[in-house]
Amino acid sequence: MKPPPFRYVRPADLGEALVVLATHGDEAKVLAGGCSLVPMLNMRLARPEVLVDVNGLDGLAEVHAGDGTVTTGAMLRQSVLERSPQLRGALPLAAACAPHIGHFVTRNRGTVGGSLAHADARGELPLVLLTLGGSVLAQSQRGQRAIAAEDLFVYHFTSALEPDELLTEVRWPVAGPGWGYGFAEMAQRHGDYALAMAACALRRHDGAVAEVRLGLGAVADRPLLAADAAGALVGHDLDGPAGDVAVTEAARLAAAVARPFDDLHASVAYRRHLVGVLSERVIRQAWLAAGEGA
Amino acid sequence: MNGTGAPGGWIGAVPHRVEDEALLRGRGRFIDDLSPVPGAMHLALARSPFAHAQIRGIDVSAAQAAPGVLAVLSGADLAAAGRPLGAVIRGATEHYAVAVDVVRYAGEPVAVVVARDRYLAEDAAELVEVDYEPLEAVVDPLDAAEVGHVVSDRSFRYGDPEAVLAGAPLVVRGRFPFGRWIAAPVECFGVIADWDHSTDSLTVWANFQGPFTLHTVAAGALGLPAARLRLLTPPDSGGSFGVKAGVFGYIVLAGLTSKICGVPVRWIEDRVEHLAAAGSATHRVTDVEAGFAADGELLALRYDVIEDVGAYLRAPEPATLYRMHGSLTGAYTVRHVAVRNRVVHTNRCPTGLNRGFGGPQLYLALERIMARGAARLGLDPAAMARRNLVAPEAFPYRTATGGLYDSGDYAACLDDALQAADYDGRRRQQAAQSTGDGRRRLGIGLACVVEPSISNMGYISLAETATERARGWPKSGNAEGATLAMNPLGGVTVRLSTVPQGQGHRTVAAQVAAEVLGLRPADVEVQSEMDTHVNAWTVSSGNYSSRFAGIGAAAVAEAAGRLAEKLRAIAGDELECAPDDIELRDGQARVVGQPDRGVSLRRLAGAAHWNPESLPEGLEPGLAVTAFVSAPNLDPPNDADEVASSAAHGFVVDVAVVEVDTLSGEVRILDYVTVHDAGTLLHPRLVDGQIMGSFAHGLGPALLEQTVHDPDGNLLTGSFMDYLCATSTEIPELRILHRCTPSPFTPLGAKGLGEGNTMSAPAALANAVCDALGVDDLDLPLTAPRIWEVLAAAGERGER
Amino acid sequence: MSGSGEPVGPPREIVVTVNGRRYHEAAPDRILLSDFLRHRLGLTGTHVGCEHGVCGSCTVHLDGAAARACLLLAVQADGAEVHTVESLASGDRMHPLQEAFREHFALQCGFCTPGILMATLDFLTHNPTPTRTEIAEMLSGQLCRCTGYAPIIDAIAAAAQAGAE
Ligand code: FES
Ligand code: FES
Repeated sequence: MKPPPFRYVRPADLGEALVVLATHGDEAKVLAGGCSLVPMLNMRLARPEVLVDVNGLDGLAEVHAGDGTVTTGAMLRQSVLERSPQLRGALPLAAACAPHIGHFVTRNRGTVGGSLAHADARGELPLVLLTLGGSVLAQSQRGQRAIAAEDLFVYHFTSALEPDELLTEVRWPVAGPGWGYGFAEMAQRHGDYALAMAACALRRHDGAVAEVRLGLGAVADRPLLAADAAGALVGHDLDGPAGDVAVTEAARLAAAVARPFDDLHASVAYRRHLVGVLSERVIRQAWLAAGEGA
Repeated sequence: MNGTGAPGGWIGAVPHRVEDEALLRGRGRFIDDLSPVPGAMHLALARSPFAHAQIRGIDVSAAQAAPGVLAVLSGADLAAAGRPLGAVIRGATEHYAVAVDVVRYAGEPVAVVVARDRYLAEDAAELVEVDYEPLEAVVDPLDAAEVGHVVSDRSFRYGDPEAVLAGAPLVVRGRFPFGRWIAAPVECFGVIADWDHSTDSLTVWANFQGPFTLHTVAAGALGLPAARLRLLTPPDSGGSFGVKAGVFGYIVLAGLTSKICGVPVRWIEDRVEHLAAAGSATHRVTDVEAGFAADGELLALRYDVIEDVGAYLRAPEPATLYRMHGSLTGAYTVRHVAVRNRVVHTNRCPTGLNRGFGGPQLYLALERIMARGAARLGLDPAAMARRNLVAPEAFPYRTATGGLYDSGDYAACLDDALQAADYDGRRRQQAAQSTGDGRRRLGIGLACVVEPSISNMGYISLAETATERARGWPKSGNAEGATLAMNPLGGVTVRLSTVPQGQGHRTVAAQVAAEVLGLRPADVEVQSEMDTHVNAWTVSSGNYSSRFAGIGAAAVAEAAGRLAEKLRAIAGDELECAPDDIELRDGQARVVGQPDRGVSLRRLAGAAHWNPESLPEGLEPGLAVTAFVSAPNLDPPNDADEVASSAAHGFVVDVAVVEVDTLSGEVRILDYVTVHDAGTLLHPRLVDGQIMGSFAHGLGPALLEQTVHDPDGNLLTGSFMDYLCATSTEIPELRILHRCTPSPFTPLGAKGLGEGNTMSAPAALANAVCDALGVDDLDLPLTAPRIWEVLAAAGERGER
Repeated sequence: MSGSGEPVGPPREIVVTVNGRRYHEAAPDRILLSDFLRHRLGLTGTHVGCEHGVCGSCTVHLDGAAARACLLLAVQADGAEVHTVESLASGDRMHPLQEAFREHFALQCGFCTPGILMATLDFLTHNPTPTRTEIAEMLSGQLCRCTGYAPIIDAIAAAAQAGAE
């Protein structure tokens, strides 16, 4: 379990990094936290010719609060997302998922951008960014573009980033008044990839659901938004008996959109069942939290 | 301060471990930390991607030409330099350390690359071109039995099982599969081998754990007389739990490679190799029939066992199947037993030692069938168990299959456990809960297991018939040696052959020697490295069958006792009294009852070393003693196939209280009580450490861990992402209680205790979950998805 | 030396400070930090148990934060400060966390121990008074196959308590 040969490049600045990516294209791999890439190297499942280490680049781990969004550098470590009081306040959903990303030690190294660019369909951060309706900034020598979370995750381990593009920033919609969030996952062990997970962002207004987004993870080839399920909640007071019906219906619709895989650990049927269970749980969490904020 | 002494002395005290400081400082010396020979080349192995294939050809030219490569060897090259690995049963598939012509499991070595470092060796290993013709693979043990891949098929009967079963008021049947799981020590295998052509001998350093029967097997495969295989173990080994017995195959591989290439070589196994090819517990399918009387008495048992040992019968297999033979009736008095044991080959990695070794598989079947019998009879499982336990006055108790249980008070342990777990209260809680919404269900599971320790070296020969056995040499007993020496200043060194991997043997040996010699443990330096050219060892040496407390420590006590005798003789001469009137205490030899008439051990040691002329007439000079002890009552199997398979027998009662969430299938352990009777406890803190570790090792296959192959024999659990080792968040805290009935058969009264909970936990947890759900059967591991599937299939799917 | 690996291109000159000592070394691009520490610098207290980031036995501190040495290239430590288990004791005095491990019998084979100590020390700087559940969650990323974890949790809880007093 030793990595195959490659050439290691440590660009001095962003510009140089983009040159390297432009030059090597598909043959290059970006090395961020290394939590996913280095195991693949050690098992020789990945064989990049060039490894572009972006850990030393200045300015890629900064946090800016803007109008309704927080922008974090791609190299922000997951442990900062978990621990920073500022981020916990602004991004409660991201903070809620953070303890489930790997383990204490790996979160020190693992980055927000790395996790999004990796596009693992079981990743917590892709699910959260999608649920919040955030986006990322991709830069290349050709210029820069924003990619909405909806468009970023193409397939398991495949993102919309072009080979010459570097994900440099993540734009997170900030929790506003009346919003509440819920996150839940089921894994076999603490810190494992989830068998299924769900996230919910919900705004209460006048005692009813005004806006809601429900995201599902690990149950398709990419994280999903369960739009129909969300639609079934809008306008309902979830505390009443009608609310129970709405939540049950939303959970049913969520389970229906999931496209889970069978594997060693769990069946399609079980994962689909979990989608319903977890959806209900996160909707309730978000409803409660939205109520507290109001 | 070096811990505390018990009032009675050092045995039973809880001093700090002498092992710890070096380990805590990062100054342990594990195999990969050593460079005992300069210039060792690194090995990497090319391994088969197929579970079963003909090797049509191997082209090593590209690998050979890769940078830094000295040589690339195929199985044929190694086979020409050595011999097959000997097997316990005649006629088993021939097994070489590197495959020749046919590969029989995915991960089997096919070529050896020798290179300047491991990175380069791995580069070259990828370039080895093997032309495979895939063959059909057999993966499931039942399929293997069906198609006749049976290596051994033996039937046994004790009493009159057929008649008793036929007449039993209730007969309960069940099938209990126990899948493969692994020990997964955090440190993998490692071997450094140095063949000396000038003497035609091999020196090898390896984190092998014994048994040293395998030294003989390795020497045979190397084509060496045993005296020219010098095997050393490093001072520290990063866990084993049985699996490092399997290192011997790689000793052969590395030894022959060193021989062929003329250089020392080093091979450090990586985790992917370990998961694929180091070995696992057997996959066993047990069909049981149990006959019960209406009052719950267990009248007769019939076992029909199919044991998958993988592609080759790697020594000491089929030991997993026979290790428990004398204990097939567990803690119960049943006298009528029928057994059919079939050992089958599959296209999976060869199996081997794994903590619990046959016990988890046996007790899952026995304790589940007891629970099911109780349910059918409408009896409480605890009452049912009590009805059948061997009574305290029955010891020493000869089991139906020939086991000789030394001592115990099983019913008292059961009572302790029930009380500690508030069993009656939990049953009431369970009854009350059945009126709730039914989403969360409480379950209580019991397991009563006899924990054998110190294996009879002869039990494996049960795999052969009495007639076949008669053709070979009888094997029996379990012996161990230790060497103890006093230096000229009165300090003591001990050398063990018990090859620990973290159990604290050095700490305990120092306590035992200190107690016998009237010293402090700090005066005793203990080495636990094996050097087969130096240590006092036997074929049964090593670390397995929980033999340290019963036999390893006893060898130290025996050696220390003989040294003490000698010191008393010298002191008696000096103090002009009978040696029997001398006691050794506080570093002094004193006349009993006359505290001021004494002489320091230091002075006696000085006299023995410096002034042998002063020694009493006839006393041999020197203060080094090597002593061997062998456990008693371990005869070879008799013609009726009865065998005392182990020397000492502890007893364990577990009560597991679980809550199953029928919505998610998750099992939560609310409480887990375990009561042990392991005789005299030499170091109670280390004892509890062994119990906790053993429990974790049993909880793994009960709840999470399984080695899984697909129907073509591809490994699906090839990394730690998919083989789910139980971690700190899955293992609950254990409540441990002790009773102490010393063993009359071991010199210190101690019994082994490092495996009991590995045997009991799968049974107790399976009983608890089945109890919670009211289902007859659930396959292990009891994962949430699996439980949910079972409920779903039964139409009991928890709905939101 | 073992574990060097043929470089693609010339080995890179790196300067890394390990346990307070500066090392100038030529490192091939692909050598893992775990191999570099163990086999180049002879600091064998950092152990290797899986080389895919799961077992935690290779945990060291990189610029003060716990990290898996098997998931880092040695060249990534160029210019950085690394601390390994060998740095914890000073002279004949062990670190209080090490003492707590001894006191609570929190190790058996000790192979997992260096990584657990390094992970725990970082953990305690962020959470000096953890609950047992929090300790268990942190530890879930560190594999120990010997102890069943309870004594390790005891040791960490006791060390945290002593530190807090
Ligand atoms: S060796 Fe690095 S985490 Fe296992
Ligand atoms: S003490 Fe052996 S792995 Fe932890």
